[in-house]
Amino acid sequence: MDFGGILVDALRAAVGPVAAAYALSAIGLNLQFGYTGLLNFGHVGFMLAGAYGAAITVEFGGSLWLGIPIGIAAGVLLGLLLGFPTLRLRADYLAIVTISAAEILRLIVRSTWAHPVTRSVFGIRAFADEFFDMNPLDVGASYGWGDFRFSGRQLWVILVSWSVVAIAGFLLYRMIRSPWGRVIRAIREDEYAARSLGKHVFSYKLQSLMLGGGLAGLSGILLAIEQQSVFPDTWQPKITFFLYVIVILGGAGTIIGPIVGAIVFQFLFFFFDRFMTSAQLEGWFGNVLDATGAAQVKLVLVGVGLMTLMAVRPEGIFGHREELLIDER
Amino acid sequence: MSAESRVSGIDPTPGVPKPDAILIVDNVRRAFGGLQAVDVAHVEIQRNTITSLIGPNGAGKTTLFNLLTGFDKVDNGHWHLNGGALVGIPAHQVARKGMVRTFQLTRSLARLTVIENMLVAAKDQRGESIMGAIFGGWRSTEDDNEIRARELLDRFDLGHMENEYAGSLSGGQRKLLEMARALMVEPEIIMLDEPMAGVSPVLTQSLLRHITGLRDAGKTVVFIEHDMDVVQEISDWVVVLSEGAVIAEGPPTHIAANPKVIDAYLGAHHGEVP
Repeated sequence: MDFGGILVDALRAAVGPVAAAYALSAIGLNLQFGYTGLLNFGHVGFMLAGAYGAAITVEFGGSLWLGIPIGIAAGVLLGLLLGFPTLRLRADYLAIVTISAAEILRLIVRSTWAHPVTRSVFGIRAFADEFFDMNPLDVGASYGWGDFRFSGRQLWVILVSWSVVAIAGFLLYRMIRSPWGRVIRAIREDEYAARSLGKHVFSYKLQSLMLGGGLAGLSGILLAIEQQSVFPDTWQPKITFFLYVIVILGGAGTIIGPIVGAIVFQFLFFFFDRFMTSAQLEGWFGNVLDATGAAQVKLVLVGVGLMTLMAVRPEGIFGHREELLIDER
Repeated sequence: MSAESRVSGIDPTPGVPKPDAILIVDNVRRAFGGLQAVDVAHVEIQRNTITSLIGPNGAGKTTLFNLLTGFDKVDNGHWHLNGGALVGIPAHQVARKGMVRTFQLTRSLARLTVIENMLVAAKDQRGESIMGAIFGGWRSTEDDNEIRARELLDRFDLGHMENEYAGSLSGGQRKLLEMARALMVEPEIIMLDEPMAGVSPVLTQSLLRHITGLRDAGKTVVFIEHDMDVVQEISDWVVVLSEGAVIAEGPPTHIAANPKVIDAYLGAHHGEVP
């Protein structure tokens, strides 16, 4: 078995555009979950809103440069829409509403009657030409070392995506260490205490949900640009749970955690994917596992790998162990 | 003028008007199902005094606190702080208007440090808006707030703990922190819900000194307490609640001898042999 090749493939995925999009989305989720204590179980719905906001704008003759802000605004607006009726209630109501809203959105964009706008299951394709036309790199060339290579097209997406992640990470860093960040962390700890100290808890929760929604919207756009297409079934609930894994793995309530979490997650995921695929092809499993079975065992292995990491570092890679040891009361 | 003289000469009858009332409560009622938890016809709190709110378990003391500070909604009635109506005002605005409360079960912000617990409570912070957070410019207010926070922490013997997580403090230290934190909001009137509950006798003495210190610094203190010795020791005025209603009020010595109060605590006609 070519372990070197497997490792390089996994490394390519770890720095790839999908990892960057997940990192950006996880930054938004971390703001909500890690810093504000909001349980948003429909984060993928905000990504969908962003991707479709941008793609539909282009499909109806708009520029992609108009589509991107519209997509971000769609994520922000979804946050407002879902947060307004639920954020005054107990935390679990937001969880219920977001998880169902994300599924409702996916079912709406894939339904036949929405076809004139969303192109239903056929998806919207080739909407990001304007982005690729700007590529200063040589599309035909490949960049990198040895087997660790990207095409000019891939590298352009990677550079832009990770730059966006860096900017978002920096902005979040500034916000978290400001008095604003202190208020949302106070709300995470005890919203009654925050209210008794004169803080408008509802408003801050809404701001957090909307900001995180905007970041998710932008990450959905990045993911769609990379694929040059938007399909309804990309936005499965499992994406939300991948993102939770990323946030908790990297360290909830830390700036760098979600970014590194996305890299580690994508690495593990593709490492086990390539490993199981080649092992199955080489007949390691005899008649016991076919290709489908191997793909399923891959997910089991990813799960075991993540559980091992969490057992070793329950606070996440960059989390603060002393915070974990504090009893809540 | 001493605190005693501020309330001396006031007729000790329920609902009596005070010469300089900071808080005036009228017909405040709250029922939970069939239970009339609070039914206060009229009560006034004299400015710059320590008023203790006593009464047997279930008398509605904490519910009254919740109502007055905007943490619960009244069925009817109204109340005024410094002449301004507070009905229907949400909790955070009540705090900003100068009435800050603490809780019976301490609510420390566990995964914030002690100094962060203090700083978060400061009012009118420029960096508390998203724009302020991104573009900065909040450093100078923050520096001023830090100075004030450190002064308060020193006063409450927490100065050496400022970089510890609040969650790592002992129960008594959390009580101190909660009181110090409430003062960061710069309240005129501070409502303490059983500040002495679960606190060692030594710390109780220190908390008592802090409470009288608040009054001496010009604040008004209303506090819920069960320990009659504590009430006798530091109260200027006592309001007795039973089954939601004010059944007596007056100076502590007067209250201790009031048969209605003894009845409320020990059950009616306790002296009679059946």
